[in-house]
Amino acid sequence: MQKILVEKDSYYDSVFLMLINKEVKQFDGVKDAVVSMGTDVNTELLKGMGLFNPEIENSTPNDLIIAVEAETEETADKAIQAAKELLNKKKTQSQEGDEYRPVSLDKAVEILPDANLIVISVPGNYAAREVKKALNKNLHVMLFSDNVSLEDEIELKELAEEKGLLMMGPDCGTAIINGKPLCFANVISSGSIGIVAASGTGLQEVSCSIDKFGSGITQGIGTGGRDLKNSRIGGIMMRMGIAALKNDPETKVIVVISKPPAEDAAKKVIADLKETGKPCVIHFIGLKTEADSGNLHYARSLEETAGMAAALAGGKEYRPEAFTVPENETEKIAARETGKMNSRQKYLRGLYTGGTLADEAMILFESGIGGIYSNNQTNPELVLKDPHVSEGHTIVDLGDDVFTVGRPHPMIDPSTREERIVKEADDPEVAVMLLDIVLGYGSHEDPAGAILKSLSDAKKKAEERDGYLSIITSITGTKGDFQNMEEQKKKLESIGCIVMPSNYQASMLALKIIRKVE
Amino acid sequence: MNVKPVNKLFNEDLVVINMGLESFADNLKDQGVKVLQMNWKPPAGGNKKIASLLARLGR
Repeated sequence: MQKILVEKDSYYDSVFLMLINKEVKQFDGVKDAVVSMGTDVNTELLKGMGLFNPEIENSTPNDLIIAVEAETEETADKAIQAAKELLNKKKTQSQEGDEYRPVSLDKAVEILPDANLIVISVPGNYAAREVKKALNKNLHVMLFSDNVSLEDEIELKELAEEKGLLMMGPDCGTAIINGKPLCFANVISSGSIGIVAASGTGLQEVSCSIDKFGSGITQGIGTGGRDLKNSRIGGIMMRMGIAALKNDPETKVIVVISKPPAEDAAKKVIADLKETGKPCVIHFIGLKTEADSGNLHYARSLEETAGMAAALAGGKEYRPEAFTVPENETEKIAARETGKMNSRQKYLRGLYTGGTLADEAMILFESGIGGIYSNNQTNPELVLKDPHVSEGHTIVDLGDDVFTVGRPHPMIDPSTREERIVKEADDPEVAVMLLDIVLGYGSHEDPAGAILKSLSDAKKKAEERDGYLSIITSITGTKGDFQNMEEQKKKLESIGCIVMPSNYQASMLALKIIRKVE
Repeated sequence: MNVKPVNKLFNEDLVVINMGLESFADNLKDQGVKVLQMNWKPPAGGNKKIASLLARLGR
């Protein structure tokens, strides 16, 4: 039984609708449901699912669609009613107590003439024109939206450069400006380290580690992932960020983080850093490090980046070593974990919500044992044929687009990872699960709690097969984050998970264990 | 490289316009940041042709 409702001129943001969609799908007797805006992608999706009618055909991206497939007409009606109630609740909440919400940017600037930054997270195909308008109003921009073309990115960054404004993005998930976390970011102590990063979770992990090392930051500027990787963009925003940190008297140490950069862009950035005269720490993820020279220091991991920067900023001396936990302690843990496994258990399954954290683990395992399957692999032979199915040693980035079509990012909605944990638990060859838990604004309110039952069930299943499942985790977060880091840690430890101080150390421990069982 | 406006920003209180996901505005309010949530809608009611015409007219 199908029921479809199309409400004209009723716009809601996609993340909110995905959460409503999830609620409606869980309704008793509902087989399938879609709550979305009438964009081309969504109407095609509905057509493919067979949930389609002429009204959907004629809908626009401004029209709300609620489509339900249920066992009975009554259930379908009830589900649609429930969706409408959830949507109305939101509308009333938005209208209550709040100030007027302008539709146009002109009006917004009129109401808030001292605005100095705009955060833009509208659908990608509309984002470029909004950014252009904002830059022309002399606003610094954080562009969270993805699906912005390379041509648009170049044009917008050139305009920003001309005006001397920040244009962080596209696909910029994390920034910390003047101590205020923007979008997906953590509460970090203030200090004297300035960061420019072309990686959102990279910036989160490094800033949190700086906080753990007892130091703090001035600014955390995001650039979007393509800034340095694409030679046509040539690191415009990274170079502007470095220039601003050079001029900033509060910033004593500069940190730069990026995925492997285009060669010419990297040269320019390194020349710029040298020219700042300030101590700089460089981490190009997955690239061989060079010997330190003058004020330039090269780090091999996200944690080491933070440790070196904290030491340069006057903190404790940083000793480059794999574990901050004593070596005999990690040996003991590894021996204890492997001692209970059966002979069939040999594989690693890394289930990540943070892309750069997944990359860091993958690179480490690649150099340690090799042959790691992943949806982030650059070696085509090791790219997962189906990202939903693990093979051998697998590290999967669950924040990848293939997992987020029609559902929120796993940092917001942990169910994508929960489902994957349940699936992996049925594989008798799995020895170790390696996970990231990312806290901070933007993330789920209880990321550890949300997957706890699936993790403890997975451990039970392994025991029923006379084996033992080792679960190694790390928490990207600080004491200032609203999720309560200590509570998160306790929850994980209560079911026998091992919580390491960083993603790097968690990955190293997982590698130690896998080497023992291989 | 002109980055004067960026250094100026570093010395100001952050005042934010949020266009899109509302939770980002809520998080900023939570930190005491002055923020204005926009009621953004696809331009020209989502009609691509008219939207691109408007964009070309600079509106």
